[in-house]
Amino acid sequence: MILDRLDPTVTEFAHGTGFELKPQGACKAEVCVPLPASARRSDGRVDVPAVAPAMGMALVADEAHGLWALGPVSGGHALSTAVVPELTLPDRDGNPFRIGALKGTKVFLCAWASW
Amino acid sequence: MDLPVWQVVRDELRPLGLEIVAVAMDTDGARAAGPWIDAAKPTYPQLLDPEHSLGALLGIINVPMGVWIDEEGVLVRPAEPCFAPRERGFGGMKLPEDAPQRMKDMLAEAAKLDVDTRIYAAALRDWARHGKQSRFALSPDEVVRRSAPRPIAVSQAAANFELGQHLHRTGRVEAARPFFRAAHRLQPENWTYKRQAWSMVDPLQGPTDYYDSDWLSDVRKIGAKNYYPKPDL
Repeated sequence: MILDRLDPTVTEFAHGTGFELKPQGACKAEVCVPLPASARRSDGRVDVPAVAPAMGMALVADEAHGLWALGPVSGGHALSTAVVPELTLPDRDGNPFRIGALKGTKVFLCAWASW
Repeated sequence: MDLPVWQVVRDELRPLGLEIVAVAMDTDGARAAGPWIDAAKPTYPQLLDPEHSLGALLGIINVPMGVWIDEEGVLVRPAEPCFAPRERGFGGMKLPEDAPQRMKDMLAEAAKLDVDTRIYAAALRDWARHGKQSRFALSPDEVVRRSAPRPIAVSQAAANFELGQHLHRTGRVEAARPFFRAAHRLQPENWTYKRQAWSMVDPLQGPTDYYDSDWLSDVRKIGAKNYYPKPDL
């Protein structure tokens, strides 16, 4: 997740990481990671420097451009759950395609590249 | 590219309730992958992942790699190499006599990669026919267990790569390179990070002044047999 400030809104954080902030912690599917009380600022925004270490997310700064990147959760496996995360990608013509729209069908998703 | 090969498999398995979704992990999106898609004219969904989000979300670290998702939206196989059922692997490819020497060396090395072009499609057919009863369909716990370990260095690599991507896409090409280099150093087994960055400078992914390594040197260093994670089928 690319950030231009270290206190995104809860909605921005959920959009960028897939984790929703709930009373029990940061949750995705059936998995919840407990967070310290300092995770939310008094104005309701997310305190990324407090949340990142609690979730094992790397926070990398690009000071020259005033940017940060927040990496994925670490400490376990690439998958914390077998439930497929919400995933929308553009098709060849730029139209958004939601993988979840294929529910009811078996899907073989194959990654390739021109290189 | 394997899009036409998978089209044949898709036509066979679609009546059994299976769909194939191809995702091109090119930073340049349709500009890079579009010509291949247009030439193959596949009838199954062709998506683009210019952000390389499949790496963080699913653990995809090279191509081709794939996952299986059941009718309920649950993974039944984690990210693993998904070789198309080609008649011939890299070893059967021939280059013209006047092809660059580097290309010939790369093909010679690629011929040594551990690529079985039969086993994956055979497993896919079995799953299409037998669903949950297929011996290749794994339980949710097993899918998670088999997905790659994710130490903090992998998260750091992803964050560095994302910054590099962002800077590159917004025209700050020079500023992007230290972040790409950091991603390569932090997660050397992630070939999508390396191949993407190398190919931005040299389509043959050879040595340049910008990166500490190149495809041929890195494959020789780890041994061609270790280039792809072993599929456990």
